[in-house]
Amino acid sequence: MARVAVTVPASAKRGEIIEIKTLAQHVMETGFRRTQTGELLPRDIITEFVCRYNGVEVFRVELHQAVAANPLIAFTTLATESGTLEFTWSGDNGYLANYKAEIKVV
Amino acid sequence: MTTRRRFLALACGTLAAGELRAQLDPNIQAKRKAALEAAISKVVGDAPVRAGKVKLDVPPLIDNGNTVPISVTVDSPMSAASHVKAIHLFTEKNPQPYVITAHLGPRAGRATVSTRARIADTGRVIAIAELSDGTYWSDTVSVVVTLSACLEDGLI
Repeated sequence: MARVAVTVPASAKRGEIIEIKTLAQHVMETGFRRTQTGELLPRDIITEFVCRYNGVEVFRVELHQAVAANPLIAFTTLATESGTLEFTWSGDNGYLANYKAEIKVV
Repeated sequence: MTTRRRFLALACGTLAAGELRAQLDPNIQAKRKAALEAAISKVVGDAPVRAGKVKLDVPPLIDNGNTVPISVTVDSPMSAASHVKAIHLFTEKNPQPYVITAHLGPRAGRATVSTRARIADTGRVIAIAELSDGTYWSDTVSVVVTLSACLEDGLI
């Protein structure tokens, strides 16, 4: 199972801008590198990251080879209501990672 | 039997075989420039890109091009009427210049995105913001890279 790390504040005031930081463990192989025998290593990257707030997509990123290994994505969102933030990473070779975080909005 | 001399010759041969060949290509700069322009025009289309509104934060001197912290902030009220739709990031010298596209909306609260990129060589980093009114704004920063990503790590 793919390892991910996400930081989301446990609670926030309504209307507050919260900062979210996400990390996914992934080699992000570019497809430009070669082995010692000269063969190209096939591309293996995360191509998409989506953040859903209570099922509504609030943030999405398309990633390419130029993103560093173990991609970090930090962004902000408005704390509108209590509920679940769901993070999904998807990529080459059927890579799929999921993380859910609860947030309490007062 | 592999002598030290044969091993060295072999190792040098494999080194030269990879990206080094691309490096020696006399048209490589022109090719990379064309690739960058193609990547930008694919995103922007025919719309003009103006400088301003965007603040691209990259260290000017990069020791290790494999992980370069980059953050982009756009001056925008992020309301339903006026917000940033997307932030695109490009690097000039990479074999593939497109880094990321972040899609955001009024629910982001603040138009800011941070990530870590690979940068292959000394050159420009370009951030382009797509606003809800259909205009494009950009910021360009020139960076110096001492240890490059992508190119010299051809051997594992």
